[in-house]
Parts: sequence; structure tokens; C-alpha cells
Amino acid sequence: MTDKLVHLTIDNIPVSVPPDTLVVDAAKQAGINIPVFCYHPKLHPVGMCRMCLVEIGRPLLDRASGEFVRDADGAPKLQFSPKLETACTTPVTEGMVVITNSQKVADARREVLEFILTSHPLDCPICDKGGECPLQNLTMEHGPGQSRFLFDEKMHLDKHVPLGELIYLDRERCIQCGRCVRFQNEVADDPVIAFSQRGRALEIITQSTPGFDSIFSGNTTDICPVGALTTADFRFAARPWELKAAASICQHCAVGCNIVFNVRREALQGGRMVIKRVMPRQNEQVNEIWICDKGRFAYHYVESPQRLTQPMIRKDGALIEAEWDEALDLVAKKLTAYGASLVTLAGGRLSNEDLFNLYSLTHTQGGQAVLYSYMAGGDLTAQVGIPPQTDLGKLGAGCVILVIACDLHEEAPLWWLRIKAAAQRGASLIVLNPRTTRLDRYARHVIRYEYGAELAALSAFQPQSRGDLPEPVRSAVKTFQEAENVIILYGSEGLGLQESKALAHACAGLLIKTYHIGRSNNGLVAAWHNANLQGAWDMGFSPINNLAETLSKAGVTYVVATDPAGDDPQLAEALQHSGFLVVQDILMTETVKMADVFLPAQAYMERGGSYTSGERRLQRFYPAVPPPGNTLPDFAITARISQRLGRTAEEQSPARILLQIAATNPAYAEMDYQLLAQVHEQQPLMGRHDLYYGGTTYENRQGLGAHLSTAASRVEPLNIPDAPPPPVFPVQEGLLTVVPTTRLYDRGSLLIHSNLLHQRLAHPTLTMHPKTAEAYQLSRGQTAVMLLEKTPYRVEIDLDEDLPHGIALLPRSVGIPLNAPQAVKLRPES
Amino acid sequence: MITITVGTATCGVSAGADKVLETLSSLVQEKGQGKVVLAETGCMGMCYKEVLVEVSNGDGKFLYGDVTPDIAKRIFEEHVLGGRPIEELVILHNYQEGPEEGYLKRQRRIALRNCGFVDPMSIDDYLARDGYKAIEKVLKTMSQDELIEEILSSGLRGRGGAGFPTGMKWRFARQQPGSEKYVICNADEGDPGAFMDRSILEGDPHSVLEGMMIAGYAIGARNGVIYCRAEYPKAIVRLRQAISDATAAGWLDHTFPGTDFSFHIKIKEGAGAFVCGEETALIASIEGRRGTPRPRPPYPAVRGLWGKPTIINNVETFANVPWIVLNGHEAFASVGTPKSKGTKVFAVTGKINRGGLVEVPMGISINEIIYDICGGIKDNKKFKAVQMGGPSGGCIPASMGDTKIDYEEITQTGAIMGSGGMVVMDESTCMVEMARFFLEFTQNESCGKCTSCRIGTLRMLEILERIVEGKGEAGDIDVLLELGNQIKSTAQCGLGQTAANPVLTTLKYFREEYEAHIHNKKCPAHSCALLVNYVIDPEKCTGCTVCAKNCPVNAISGERKKTHFIDQAVCIKCGKCITVCNFDAIYKD
Ligand SMILES: Cc1cc2nc3c(=O)[nH]c(=O)nc-3n(C[C@H](O)[C@H](O)[C@H](O)COP(=O)(O)O)c2cc1C
Ligand code: SF4
Ligand code: SF4
Ligand code: FES
Repeated sequence: MTDKLVHLTIDNIPVSVPPDTLVVDAAKQAGINIPVFCYHPKLHPVGMCRMCLVEIGRPLLDRASGEFVRDADGAPKLQFSPKLETACTTPVTEGMVVITNSQKVADARREVLEFILTSHPLDCPICDKGGECPLQNLTMEHGPGQSRFLFDEKMHLDKHVPLGELIYLDRERCIQCGRCVRFQNEVADDPVIAFSQRGRALEIITQSTPGFDSIFSGNTTDICPVGALTTADFRFAARPWELKAAASICQHCAVGCNIVFNVRREALQGGRMVIKRVMPRQNEQVNEIWICDKGRFAYHYVESPQRLTQPMIRKDGALIEAEWDEALDLVAKKLTAYGASLVTLAGGRLSNEDLFNLYSLTHTQGGQAVLYSYMAGGDLTAQVGIPPQTDLGKLGAGCVILVIACDLHEEAPLWWLRIKAAAQRGASLIVLNPRTTRLDRYARHVIRYEYGAELAALSAFQPQSRGDLPEPVRSAVKTFQEAENVIILYGSEGLGLQESKALAHACAGLLIKTYHIGRSNNGLVAAWHNANLQGAWDMGFSPINNLAETLSKAGVTYVVATDPAGDDPQLAEALQHSGFLVVQDILMTETVKMADVFLPAQAYMERGGSYTSGERRLQRFYPAVPPPGNTLPDFAITARISQRLGRTAEEQSPARILLQIAATNPAYAEMDYQLLAQVHEQQPLMGRHDLYYGGTTYENRQGLGAHLSTAASRVEPLNIPDAPPPPVFPVQEGLLTVVPTTRLYDRGSLLIHSNLLHQRLAHPTLTMHPKTAEAYQLSRGQTAVMLLEKTPYRVEIDLDEDLPHGIALLPRSVGIPLNAPQAVKLRPES
Repeated sequence: MITITVGTATCGVSAGADKVLETLSSLVQEKGQGKVVLAETGCMGMCYKEVLVEVSNGDGKFLYGDVTPDIAKRIFEEHVLGGRPIEELVILHNYQEGPEEGYLKRQRRIALRNCGFVDPMSIDDYLARDGYKAIEKVLKTMSQDELIEEILSSGLRGRGGAGFPTGMKWRFARQQPGSEKYVICNADEGDPGAFMDRSILEGDPHSVLEGMMIAGYAIGARNGVIYCRAEYPKAIVRLRQAISDATAAGWLDHTFPGTDFSFHIKIKEGAGAFVCGEETALIASIEGRRGTPRPRPPYPAVRGLWGKPTIINNVETFANVPWIVLNGHEAFASVGTPKSKGTKVFAVTGKINRGGLVEVPMGISINEIIYDICGGIKDNKKFKAVQMGGPSGGCIPASMGDTKIDYEEITQTGAIMGSGGMVVMDESTCMVEMARFFLEFTQNESCGKCTSCRIGTLRMLEILERIVEGKGEAGDIDVLLELGNQIKSTAQCGLGQTAANPVLTTLKYFREEYEAHIHNKKCPAHSCALLVNYVIDPEKCTGCTVCAKNCPVNAISGERKKTHFIDQAVCIKCGKCITVCNFDAIYKD
């Protein structure tokens, strides 16, 4: 291994690094900081800012022998280039000598800084970056004490340019490092901002309508080395040094991005601790240093005026505030009376600890633990999922990633980034989807199937399937068969619960048959629509087909962290018929309005807990802000109910609940909070005092989490259920089949409280091919009425040439309860 | 048969060659059918004498200068039809005798060997002058390595500015693995005042195509791109024609019998940014990206167009290549100095009697070019300095006029050989203003990518602007020197690294002019408007009152028949008075 390293010295310190390492990164490994502005370890170097200039000498090579020319004393003769060189664009070579601490280098740094400062407004006192600003810090370290230029000659430029509604640009502060542009081009592949003009007029502009149209836009504000880019959320909101940081896990999809909540006391809110912003926290195995804009901006529900903070009991038809004891006693009494007819309906944002207590309660009551979800397969991912030592960030040649029925960019944005990067590193990406998605452009093979035909599409990959496969299926199958490692990722594009169950089963079956299980970099992954659906499955919950019927027959219904009545009138009706209704939530919802007893829970950033990500990484989140009013953590509420029923249940410490989980679930056997809090050094080193290097992303000091084993990796016998009956795709003469799709910015019950994102939210829009619209005499922009289970819904018509004929797409969570493909009656609005 | 040839390169056209051609063409139609052929040709070099018309008959070749449509009529009637050359208008007879013989005598034409002699739109003309013989020779008799060796031994260095040995560049590209390689011809020519490349493209496009083909064979490329600035419409038209003729004649896009070599050339029009002449920016521009330079290495020879090994050479460099192949490296190397071989084309402009395109053997001195070839300074003024290499170059003072045209010797002075721009300045040129002008140009053209060039040049420019406005301060010179050297050592590409050269060289040779501006608020050349005082000489003033009547701000007072006086506090330095005074009584101070 060592002979593959390149040896050099930097300021007389010997360093050995892999070939192609850049001098700037080699120096970092030797503990030497070379200041940079334009360089960023996650972006291609461009050598723009000239801040990293160093002296570089290389040993002279004898042309004939290829050996170093040596002095009398045997030391290689060095040749220093007459000009300073940029450490950020220069790769190391054997025997190189780098000098970063000479006067010449110090002069160059001082001069470059002086140049930058002469065209920078120096409005640090009102700049959001002040306090965590690379320019400020590097000026203190390397800059001139004084400027030789006239302040009056500074250019005055626009200071509040909204690139979009989320990101503002201050043109005076921009130092033209191009990091933002390169991030959008290289990492996000959303080239929606760019440089315009040249020379000193060089400026950042947005090229998209709406402006800065990218779901990753917030990341540019982290890596911008000055206060030129700020988020609409945080600008002028606080000074960085006033902020405390609480480690957390993003709650909005299955990726489980590591984040930080920055909080401070807010005078305007009576001195309460409030969240000021969400920042990424480095976890190279999960989200590296990026997060999507939903994760960054969707936390505002926590401060919503609709938060409920006091238990309530229905009295004479109205919900009246009550004390905890009274409310809990009433629940316990009903549970004692109705025992086994308890149905617990849990939402996927609950933590493992909450779900464990809920499941224990339900199970010991003999009730039914139901997961509120339209996706299935959590039992399968627990057995044949991707085991420890799997890292999407390292997948490359020899790996096949097969993504089926998934619009990954919308369903799990960070996975989209990472799978795109894996494909760029050489992994073979096979995309099977009924319509074009943004993943297609990186795919080695793209296979289109008709909505409803996902099982057939997948069956081509079965080992026994031979015969004449048409292209592009044949080459895709060949790639699949030749792969050393295979990961299959399925989503929820056009699927309902039954379809999801069948698809997950088929995917698992294929992996088992082709021996792609139990080994790292092999296995099944689900792009769950909530943060902890995998955890919910692991804790014993699963969704059911006949939810309405089950609810309507329940003696006691215990709805936690979800709003079925708000989502679906059918479920609302079912709840009307069900017996005693206990609702536990943080906000006022339609379901809460129907409750007999309401129990106010804490939002996840108000307490601790753990989530299991879609990759089955168990990660821990910490309390960030104090809970409001009379709320309790979900696990504690459930524990108190259990206690009233005479059972022991942990109500104080989520850590202790995890130990109980570990004792019952073999995948969690070695898990405890200390383990989850462990960190090790991550490359590239970021988030430390050298903000100029990685940006303002946070260093991970609170835990990288741990990857759970699978039944296959533990070499346990698998327990795969029989294949569910294949679902029938609903097609009916005269009716239009509408299929559900997932949108990142839906109108989910948490997201809806973040005003900032309102412009981007999905609408009840029915999108179809122009030919299909023609058949129904519909045109773009028209309003139509769609009958779903006899309820009429108004939808707007949109057209898309890329879609297959004869179907229409409808986003989920936009107020229309379409959770599976359905043939509907459609007519223009009169 | 009598041939009339009109020079219709851009220099000719801007002097009115189109009108002359029109006149002649209708005359030929009317009266010369069957006897007279009318032809066009490229730049003959004597831009100062445009429009140029040559009459060639049994008595030899007669070149007329300063031709207008009226003179053209006379030439047609008296000389073409009448057989009597108009002696007083002939400037050159058989390229040897006549008032302008000095212009050509000291020149040596290799790159311009066909310019002015062939109709650029005619491949037959080119073929008649050994056109495409060189590529034929190469394909029939030379291996790739032999060819590269030949170019190396000739000592040819890149004519685009930096003077990198062409053979060495080709060898690097040849040594790179891979079968997809490119040849790019850099015809971006962005230096203000330079038109060497334009003249070659307009006057002899085939020689460039042939040079590119030879380069393609040498490195193993099958494709060439000519990156030509869109502001050269005529060059583009002629290149297009040449490419289509060469294709039709089987030179391009055609596998040569007995080889597997075929070559394709396309034209890419540049958007006219100076920085796009820098090779990596040029490549980015061809690829459809923003034309900004990237760090080198990797050099284009290793990773160039579309990531493939690519050589980029200048137009003039390519034009030399077929000649070297046909005449041998010794012939080329016999011209010039030990390290600079062959010839160099210069576009001489400014305060010079015979401004135009000259091709001189390396080793000739600047004085020889200015006095012997170009006839000295206009209006008998004093030669002050010459700016070489355009905005990236520097000025060489008259006192160093013996400096030889040689890459190293010119670099010694602080200027550079550059691509061939030569701006001649006389005593009325302010060197501070000249430096300001060039810096303004580079500052405008900075791509803005790197800090030192984007901001540093602006800071320097601001200081220079203050100085020429009389607002210079003590210490400005030191800051200019420091900034100049900083930018030189920290900018990424040649544009930034050389941007300060005009300032640094004028500071080196004309520091006292800066000091006069800063400390005395005077412009020694009397050129900076705001630093000039208009003063009335009491000896000469007759008190005619004309000046006072014409002063737009009533700064001049004085009674009729008495000496007048200019109030400097009121004067706006418009210079009107000096032009209206009939007694030369007003002077600049
Ligand atoms: C700012 C800048 C502008 C340039 N412009 C030109 C140009 O217009 N034409 C040219 O031939 N070379 C130009 N060059 C030089 C080219 O980068 C390159 O060195 C040259 O084309 C190589 O050809 P040669 O070896 O034949 O000289 C320029 C360089 C810089 C830094
Ligand atoms: S906005 Fe920020 S990141 Fe973008 S170029 Fe300007 S300084 Fe760099
Ligand atoms: S030196 Fe000037 S022109 Fe060259 S890359 Fe830098 S900014 Fe652009
Ligand atoms: S030039 Fe190296 S960090 Fe900007």
C-alpha cells in the first residue's frame, strides 16, 4: 500500500499521500492550513482567488536516466518555479518541496486579501456571516492591517438581490469565488445560477424561472466564503456567535441527514429559546455536508400558533383543556374496558423509543399496531437490506444500483445526489420507471414500463429469464448479471400499498435469488416517505390494506403523530364510527378535532430519541429547544398510560428504552446511545475553525450513528412471506386512471407551516399527456372535477409530452386522498 | 492580356477599395472585355498607401497607391487602354523601383509570401505558387517524427506571443496516447492595433490551411478548428471559400492515396473577447463554455479540446510551416539570430510615415524598421518610443532603438515580442496616458476569474486615471510598482500576468513623466488635456480678439489691439483658442 503513496515535504514536514492529492489537501493532512477561498474539497479546483499561492520546488530529473539529479551530498537538486503556484490546483509529485511559510507567500496572501478587501463593503457589523466568515478570519490571520486605497473608490452594487425567494445575493460582498456556481453545476447538477459579465463587473445571476430553482440552493450559503449569499430564513435574524448548536437528524425523508439546530433566546418571543436555522452536520456516510432545502426550511411548524400544549377532554361535545392525570386516567379506563379492540395508528415521524412503547402497550392489550403508510417491505429490508460497511458514498465500478418506481430527486434528495455521484464514479445505474426522472441522465440503462407493470419489468432480471429480451432491457440485464454488488432501491412512484408490497417482495426475491444479500454493498433499500418508517417496521408496526374498515370497528383508537381525518374523508368517517378516540399530536389537526381525549406531545427537537434511516442507520437526535407548555414526549405519554394499566414502562429516559429495544430486536442488539454518539475523524476534515476550507457546515461531534445488521448479514434463516397476490392495475372504460406520485414540497402537515416554501408547494394538479387530455376534452390550465370515492375534487390540468398516454399523475398530500392508482371519473368544471 | 489587381483586404476596403473595384469593373465590362482581367488580392503591406491597384502588362508590374475612383478611371484610360503608365502616380515598378522601394527592400517575405500576389479566393493561384506541395511532400516522404524534427531544427517559434518552440509543442502532442487529437489555429487576434493574422487570412488563407494539415499529420490529428474572431467577416468568408475549394480539390476531407491521412477543418467564430485568445479560454469557448482560462498544467497538448491532446498555434506560425517544409529547415534557420529564426510580421501603426504590414528577418533593429522601412516619424517629429506586444507588452524608448528583433533581446527591455503589434510614438505622446490606455483595455478585457487581475488592474487604473487628471499623489508610483509586480506574480493567465507591463516599462523608462504629472501637475508631452495650460505669447499676440470671441466660457480677456490674457481658473482646456489664433500666439504649457 505504502508504495502507492507520494512523498513530499511541506514546510519541512514529511507527508505521504495518495497520488493526485492536491497540495492544499496534503497540507491539511500534515496539519498545515493553506488559506483558500475558491477551493472547496467537494468541488473541482479552479484556481480563481489566488489565495492559496505557495512556493513549490520539484526535484530535477535527469532526462536520460529518469533519476533525480543529486547534489554532492546526495540530496535531490530542487528546481523552484519562478512564480508562486496555486496549491489548490497543483497535484503532489514525488519529492516535491512545498513552502507555505516564507515571506514571499505571506506577501502574496496579504496582497490578494488586500485586493479582495478593496472591493468588499466591510459591512461586517451588519453581515450575517460576521463571526463565521472565512474572509474575516483570513484577514485577521494574513491580511494587511491597513488599506492603501481610497475607500471612495469602492464600487457600490446591489445589496439585496433575491436570486429566488429563498436565497438573497449581496453583490457588494461577493468575491467571485464561484463556489456557488460550481456547487450548482457539479454537485446539484442544477445549473440555475451562473457568472455573467466579466472583469470587475463579474456577477452572479440566476438563469431559471422561478429564480434559483434548485432544491439544494441553501447549501450555497454554507460554502459561500463571505456573506454574499444568505437564506431568506436567517438573514438579519441573529449573529452566529449568539447561537447554540444542537445535533439532530432531519425528519423529512428516509435519508436521515445529520443536521444542527442553531438556537438562541429570542427577546421578541419572551426570552424563549427558538430555532434560528438548520445547518448540515458532516456525516460522510449519510449526507456528507449537504442538506436539501426542505430539511433546511421546514422546521417552522415547531413555533406554529397551532401548537397544542395542554391535554384536552371532550365534554358536552367540545374539547376542554384538562390536566394530564385526568386525561390519562380516562384513556386507561377506556383501554381497560375495551381491551383487545384497541387499534393504534402511528405516523412515521415518531422515534424508535416512542414506537417501542406504543407497540408494547398495543401488543400487551392484544390490540393492533398499524403504521400509517402507503409503502410496504420494512420486514424485508430488515432481512435483506444493506448491511453495515455499506457506503453509498464509496460505491463505484462493479456495483449495480437498480432504482425502480422512484422519483429519487423528489423522494429522497440526498440519495439522488449520492447515487448520481456513485454513477459518476463508475457504478452502473439502472433506472426502471414509467416516466422520465432526473435520475435518468446518470443511468447506464433506462427502462420504461407502463404504470402498473413494475413487476413485469423487474422479472426480466430474474436469473431464469432468458429468451429474447428487447433492448435496452437486454443490456441492462447483462450489466445486472455481471455485477459483483447489487443494491435495489424502490420508491412509491405510481404505487399503492398493495403494489408496494408486491414490488418489495419481488425485489427481495430477486436479490435473494442472485445472492446479493448479507454482504456489504448489496441489498434492498426503500425510499420511505417519512424519517422513521423503517424504525416503525422494526418496532413491530406495519400498514394494512383495509384501514378504514379496521378503524371503524375499533373499540379504542389511539392515533399518534398523524392526521388520517385531514388526509381522507373516508378515514374521517371511519373514525366517526370507531369507539373512543385518543389523539396524540403536536398541532391542531382534523383528527384532533374529532378526539375524545387529546394528549399534547413534544416535537422531536424538544426531546431526544433515535431514528432508523432508509439505509438502516440508527442515528440519535438531541433536544434543541425546551418543550412548550404542558407537553410530554410521546414515549412518556404512552408509558404513563401503560403504567396506569399496571405495566412497567420507561417514561424518563429514551436511552433506557433503546436498551430494551436492543434486548428484543437482534438488529439492535449492540446499540446504545453511547455507541450512537461515537465519532471518528472524517475526510475531508471540515467544520472546524478553518471555516474557509469546508464552509459553515458543522463538524460532527455528537455521533455518526451505527448501521444495523440484517438477518442475512447475521446469517439467520430468512423469513420471507409468500408472494402477495399481484395487484390489478385499475383500468375502466370511460374512466381515467390516476396514479399517485411523490413530491418533495407536498402539502404535508409539517411542511405547510413554513411560509417560506409556500411558493414551491405542489398543487392538486392532474398532469397528463396532451393526447390524453384531448381525449377528455381538457386543456392546460383548465379546472376539472375528479370523483374519488364519490367525493368531488377540483384539480387543475397540466400537460406533459413525456408522460405515457392514458394515465394522469396526481401528487400525494395535496388534499386529495389518492394513495393508489385508481380509475376516476373526470369532467371539466362547469 | 492585361491584369488589374485591386487590394481588397480590410485595410484596402476601409480606404475605399470597394468603390475603386466597382469603377474598374464597370470599365472592364464596358471597354476591356477580352483584353483586361480584373482581380483581387490581399494586403500588400502598404496600408498607408491604400487603395492599391496594380497594372500588369508586357511592360511589367506597376503599383499605384492612394487610388480613388477618379484616379482609377485615369489609370484605366491612360495606362490600361493607352499603354502609358502615369509616372507620377506609380509608387513601385516590378516591386523594385520607385518612391516606395525602401519599404520592401529590407523586408523578407516568408509568412506573407503570397499576400498581395495571389487572389485569395482562387485555389489555382495558390497552387500555381507551390500551394499544397508541402503537404504532398510530407505525406510522400516524411514520417511524423521526421517532420517534427524538421520543424524543430528550423527553430520556428510560436508567433502568437510567447514564442514557444513549435516543434516542441508538436512533439508533446504527438507523444500523447490516443487517436483523437486536435489542431487549433488561433485567429482571435485581439490586440488593439494588430492585424497581421487578419491580413494573412484575407490574403492567403490556403497557406494556413496547409500549415494546419501538416501539423495534423505531425501529431496524428484528423480535425482542425480555426478560432477566428467574428469581427473579421472578410477573413471568415475567404476561409470558408478556401476550405470549400480545398475540399473540392481533394485536399481536405479526403484520404490521401497510400496513407490513412485525411483532415477536416471547421471554423469557429469567436465572440471577440481578448482573453479568448488565451489557449485554455479559447478551448472553453469552442466547447461552448464561458471563455475563461483554466490553470495549466495540464497543457492543451496533454488535455485540450474535448479533453484530448491539442496543439494551438497562431495563424502566422502555420503560414510559415509549408515554406519550411518546401525549402528545408536550413533555409529558414539561415535567417535570423541564434535563438530567433526566420522572420516576423509586424503591424506598424502610430506616428509613422509608412504604416502597414511588414515582414522582417529576425535580428533587424527597431530603428531599421522605423527609419529604413517605414520612413521615419510623421511630420518630422522626434521618435520617442515604440510599444511592442500590445497591451501585454511594453514600450521601448527611442534610446534603445538598436534593440534587435529577437525574443530574448526584446524581453530584456521589459517589453515582449508579442504577436506583432508595433505602435510608434513621437514626442507628443504622453507615456502615462499611453500606459493608462492599455491598462484600461486589459482591465476591460479581464475575464474576472482571478482576484489579482479582476481587482488589481482596476486599482492600478484608478491611480493612473487620477495621475492623468492631475490628482496624483506622492507615493502613487511606489504603489503602482508594487501592484504591478503583485499582479504579475499572482494572476492566473497571461492576460493578468502581463497586464502591468505597459505601466512597468513606462515607469522604467519615463519615470520623470509620471513625476511631472504627480508633483508638478504637468504633462510634458502636452497631451493630457487637464494638465495643459493655454498661454498667450505677448510677443505674438496682436489683440485681434478672435480667441476671446471663440472661447466658450469667456476665459479670455483683453482689449482690442492689446495683448490678451487667459484666466486659467476659468479655462476648461478645450483648445479652441489655439486653433482659431491666426498668429500662433497661443501655446500649450
Ligand atoms: C490574454 C491572451 C490573449 C492571447 N491572444 C492571442 C491571439 O489573439 N492570437 C494568438 O495567436 N495567440 C494569443 N495568445 C497566445 C495563446 O495563448 C497561445 O500561446 C498561442 O496561440 C500559441 O500559438 P503559437 O505557439 O503559434 O504562438 C494570447 C494569450 C493571452 C494570455
Ligand atoms: S456568491 Fe459567494 S459563493 Fe458565490 S461567487 Fe460570490 S462569494 Fe463565491
Ligand atoms: S489573469 Fe485575468 S484574464 Fe487571466 S484568468 Fe485571471 S482574471 Fe481572467
Ligand atoms: S486559487 Fe487556490 S484557493 Fe482559490
